[in-house]
Amino acid sequence: MARKVTSRRMAIVTVVAWAVGFAIFFPILWTIITSFKTEAEAIASPPKFLNFHWTLENYITVNERSNYFRHFMNSVVISVGSTLLALLIAVPAAWSMAFVPSKRTKDILMWMLSTKMLPPVGVLIPIYLMFRNLGLLDTRTGLVIVLTLINLPIVIWMLYTYFKEIPVDILEAARMDGASLKSEIIYVLTPMAVPGIASTLLLNVILAWNEAFWTLNLTAAKAAPLTAFIASYSSPEGLFYAKLSAASTMAIAPILIMGWFSQKQLVRGLTFGAVK
Amino acid sequence: MGQITLNKVRKAFGDVEVIPPLDLRIEDGEFVVFVGPSGCGKSTLLRLIAGLEDVSSGAIVIDGKDATDVPPAKRGLAMVFQSYALYPHMSVRKNIAFPLKMAGLSKSEIDKRVDNAARVLNLAAYIERKPGQLSGGQRQRVAIGRAIVREPSAFLFDEPLSNLDAALRVNMRLEISELHNTLATTMVYVTHDQVEAMTMADKIVVLQAGRIEQVGSPLDLYRTPSNKFVAGFIGSPRMNFIEGPEAAKYNAHTIGIRPEHLDVSNTEGAWKGVVGVSEHLGSDTFAHVLDTGLSEGMTVRASGEVALNHGDTVFMTPQPDKIHRFDEQGLRLS
Ligand SMILES: Nc1ncnc2c1ncn2[C@@H]1O[C@H](COP(=O)(O)OP(=O)(O)O)[C@@H](O)[C@H]1O
Ligand SMILES: [Mg+2]
Repeated sequence: MARKVTSRRMAIVTVVAWAVGFAIFFPILWTIITSFKTEAEAIASPPKFLNFHWTLENYITVNERSNYFRHFMNSVVISVGSTLLALLIAVPAAWSMAFVPSKRTKDILMWMLSTKMLPPVGVLIPIYLMFRNLGLLDTRTGLVIVLTLINLPIVIWMLYTYFKEIPVDILEAARMDGASLKSEIIYVLTPMAVPGIASTLLLNVILAWNEAFWTLNLTAAKAAPLTAFIASYSSPEGLFYAKLSAASTMAIAPILIMGWFSQKQLVRGLTFGAVK
Repeated sequence: MGQITLNKVRKAFGDVEVIPPLDLRIEDGEFVVFVGPSGCGKSTLLRLIAGLEDVSSGAIVIDGKDATDVPPAKRGLAMVFQSYALYPHMSVRKNIAFPLKMAGLSKSEIDKRVDNAARVLNLAAYIERKPGQLSGGQRQRVAIGRAIVREPSAFLFDEPLSNLDAALRVNMRLEISELHNTLATTMVYVTHDQVEAMTMADKIVVLQAGRIEQVGSPLDLYRTPSNKFVAGFIGSPRMNFIEGPEAAKYNAHTIGIRPEHLDVSNTEGAWKGVVGVSEHLGSDTFAHVLDTGLSEGMTVRASGEVALNHGDTVFMTPQPDKIHRFDEQGLRLS
């Protein structure tokens, strides 16, 4: 009896989970499907789901018109670069906040988080002017710097929660076992922190890859990443849904593939270390 | 060697004094148990000896050398934590080998010692597993293995058995006592469980609010507790305390009598009462006797199976030479 209820409940939960999952994935799926339609079919009403003439012409046109590879490389450099730079700053910061906290540690953490509550447009003008004066507009360096700063609070928070999870007992055990500070860090702390650092890195690469406010506003041509590549197919030349979809698909494909292969790490990252 | 002396050791966290100045001498080879209620400062005292906390004032001398400012890694002590604190990313072998690696021993020497420890502790079958794949009891053994391989001058245990189930706890208790007999190394053992203290210790240190209430052998504490706190803390079930006119008869503010030192009768005795709950363990029978007209209910212990049932009227007589007398401050009157 009890078993029956459980299995029915399981079935319901499974169906609901798949439905929610599909609803979330649907816009992406629709984009991918649309990218294989002609422009006419892309705006056909009622919309066609699978019964249309499949074509690769959008991809061909997009590749002729824009330099996908250059945008792709810009995205890679900017997202990976800003992530590594952020980690370089965040690891020691989170380390000291987790293991040698002071009275103000919590306040500093909250203050850092509060900067994420400011709408970015609020500081667009000053940052734009600073970048112009420093010659950082439309440069990869400029974007690496700005994205590092944008994501730093989240990176520190994530690492902090991971480091907090490392039981102090274990570090103390290492001390009792005769480990010097250096050995303690090399043999005990770092190996235990690696999963946390890895998922922080992955999540931040994704955030930086998809960041569209600063990358669009601070670039023109040279340093423009894939977000700008997508944007160039939206308004100015009228609405070309199929081509826009093809560009979007090409822009998100690398990160989707990366996300697929690092699912386990990512789930840990997204739950901020709440589950083990 | 493993002789530890605490001289006027004091510890405060901020403004809160957790350990008021305290003196203690632990002899080489002794099994010393710190016992006391939760929060009384047992762990703090152990951590001060380990060097994981700095003393606020006073000195810690290990084997004649002042170790007060020596970092934990250099004190030559080994510690077993309540949480076991195994390295989760290392196999059992690597865990046990870690202190030896830190000491810079050769690979062959490390292997020899680890294999030896694994054999002694019955860990050979799990030696390549990670701690996460072990049961609580096995983890405990690994933690002990990690402590013994480097042959420390003393072992420090912080409630090592409190995460184990009752049966395993009794087993490990015996194993640790056995280990002490074989190694003859100083052991300092922290517990809140007075049964562990009584069964394992050569010397018990009873702590309350960071103060040492009494130091002595288990039977010393049992026979001549120096105050009411120790009298009530050591022994199970707890000692009965009686105040008022009955105590005055013995020229005391309070008298104490252990449940096993009350003779029970159905017909006559010094105090009369009605049996409330009675616990039949087979080997013993414990009865809680109410309505005694004394300051509180009494617990009596009778050997074997005794027909003490709810609602029965019983008479209790204390064995005269087993009565403990205390003054208003709770100090023993002799
Ligand atoms: N790091 C610390 N900071 C502040 N107070 C502490 C710290 N460690 C322990 N205490 C306090 O010291 C007292 C004794 O703690 P502890 O030694 O852990 O007790 P026990 O091990 O006997 O249960 C407790 O009141 C505890 O709150
Ligand atoms: Mg404790």
